Amino acid sequence: MTEPVLSVRNLQVEFASRRGTLRAIDDVSFDIAKGEVLGVVGESGAGKSVTGLAVIGLIDPPGRIAGGEIRLAGMRIDNLPPEEMRRVRGKRIGMIFQDPLTSLNPLYKVGDQIVETIRTHLNLSETAARRRAIDLLAEVGIPAPEKRIDGYPHEFSGGMRQRVVIALAICAEPELIIADEPTTALDVSVQAQIISLIKRLGRDHGTAVMLVTHDMGVIAETSDRVAVMYAGRVAEIGPVQDVVRNPLHPYAKGLMGAIPTLAGEDKRLVQIPGSMPRLSAIPRGCSFNPRCASAFDRCRVDRPEPLSRGTQSVACHLYDTAPAETAA
Amino acid sequence: MLAFTLRRAVQAIGVMFAVGIIAFSMFRFAGDPVNQIVSIDTSAAEREAVRKSLGLDDPVPVQFVRYFADAAQFKFGVSYQFRQPVSALLSERMPATLELAICATVFAMVFGILMGVYSALKRDTALAKLFQAVSLIGISLPTFLIGILLIYLFAVTLGWLPSFGRGEVVKLGWWTTGLLTLSGLKALIMPSITLGLFQMTLIMRLVRAEMLEVLRTDYIRFARARGLTTRAIHFGHALKNTLIPVITVAGLQFGSVIAFSIITETVFQWPGMGLLFVQAVQNVDIPIMAAYLLMVSLIFVTINLVVDILYTVVDPRLRATVGRAA
Repeated sequence: MTEPVLSVRNLQVEFASRRGTLRAIDDVSFDIAKGEVLGVVGESGAGKSVTGLAVIGLIDPPGRIAGGEIRLAGMRIDNLPPEEMRRVRGKRIGMIFQDPLTSLNPLYKVGDQIVETIRTHLNLSETAARRRAIDLLAEVGIPAPEKRIDGYPHEFSGGMRQRVVIALAICAEPELIIADEPTTALDVSVQAQIISLIKRLGRDHGTAVMLVTHDMGVIAETSDRVAVMYAGRVAEIGPVQDVVRNPLHPYAKGLMGAIPTLAGEDKRLVQIPGSMPRLSAIPRGCSFNPRCASAFDRCRVDRPEPLSRGTQSVACHLYDTAPAETAA
Repeated sequence: MLAFTLRRAVQAIGVMFAVGIIAFSMFRFAGDPVNQIVSIDTSAAEREAVRKSLGLDDPVPVQFVRYFADAAQFKFGVSYQFRQPVSALLSERMPATLELAICATVFAMVFGILMGVYSALKRDTALAKLFQAVSLIGISLPTFLIGILLIYLFAVTLGWLPSFGRGEVVKLGWWTTGLLTLSGLKALIMPSITLGLFQMTLIMRLVRAEMLEVLRTDYIRFARARGLTTRAIHFGHALKNTLIPVITVAGLQFGSVIAFSIITETVFQWPGMGLLFVQAVQNVDIPIMAAYLLMVSLIFVTINLVVDILYTVVDPRLRATVGRAA
């Protein structure tokens, strides 16, 4: 097997606060292969975005990476000096943020922002960079790019701005794109276009994509594999068809049960009772145990570690065959 | 763009008209001007002659139209105390005031922006905290006290700088400048600092607050995610976005700098329009007071106009709205 583009091992991210240290990411591990799209899904505050920011090295104080390691094509990047990490950002990892309306600097022409980014990372002349910027705009589907390049961000619609943001993210041919809820702020019709654009770019350039979202529909459409996060941990990870059709973790089951289907029988959608714990009050044992219908004694004491089940990996005691005291 | 400028210019003329009415009514309400001109033992016939020669016996609307027509040509009548045309007195003193105001504003902008950016980027350093403390002093100490303290320290105790006046000036046509001689430059230092200190602290606090605000925005985060250098992010992307409110404040403050140079000019006996105005108040010299009022409002209105136009240069979004509105 070839080396994965991104390999995250036992990542821990902590935020120092007045009430002590909060652990936003606890022992998260996953890989993304070349050309693969990994969907990261979970409720707000599950740690999806923080994971993305940790990978690109943009965790701001008081937050810090407290443990584990992040490797980009085998090279460790979580402990790089700031200046070297800056050179990785934008060049080897591109990032797309949630809100295209605020991602671009309103005072500069979009072309200038693209050219600036290209020239920061690639050794190109002004004219060559401008030509490349026009090509990029064409590639992300902006009509009349040679004209639009001199437009200001406010002259673009939301969907077009997100295309510009994507052009900025891919302008130095990165190996990895982190898309942090790239469609949340867009209209549904535009969402589909942006999703297929990201998918196409990933395929054409062999770029690995980490797609953070809380939209299971987007994940099902785009991703090859999916990681379900809960309270800063990966509850379940596996190929997207398997996880969607046959979720193992009770939380993943709850999430999939909450997706309405067109063919669906006329019944109420499943709702997971309660809400995710605050970071300052994560329960002992499995963090999901207070909301879990199948929780038993061990769940309140022991933290479940990831277990391999076929193509999937799940962190749940229900699948630990060793102890016999399974009382559901 | 042109329509926008024209519309703003028309508004400006409206404001000047209103100020003109106020300036004119000063003549009517601050006592009989003839009494100010003649001495106590002047006969009634002579008083009437003076009144007639000055046009003060005409109906009020006629007087107002005449005053306004004259003011539009920068004729403000004759000073009661100096017996000279007010416009000559003002233009003679205007270079001193403008030079002082410009130096004070440049001082305020340069140091205000530098200190503001520094204290936003290096928030927790001792120097940033010192700047904050200094800015508190600058904002709360009254101008005349700062002037007197500076005079005591640098003129009286150390003897480095002159305590009053403009030093040697050079005549360039009708303009006199102190910028070309050493004594003129030395004389400019303390009044500029005194006059500009408040503005400097204001700009510093504004730049700091705006900069901290801008550094939290999404497009700065995105700029970092694109791997731009810290320098490009701070000084290219963040500072430019900070400058819009700074232009407003600095521009509007330039008007106040000229208006409030009265105090600084009095403390340093600076031979500018402010000092002239203070003397005019003491002598109830209404033509000078009215002309000064008109001058200061003209400056304010012009600056407002320039600031409005400058916005559209900095912020492309305004260009669009302005274009649409026009």
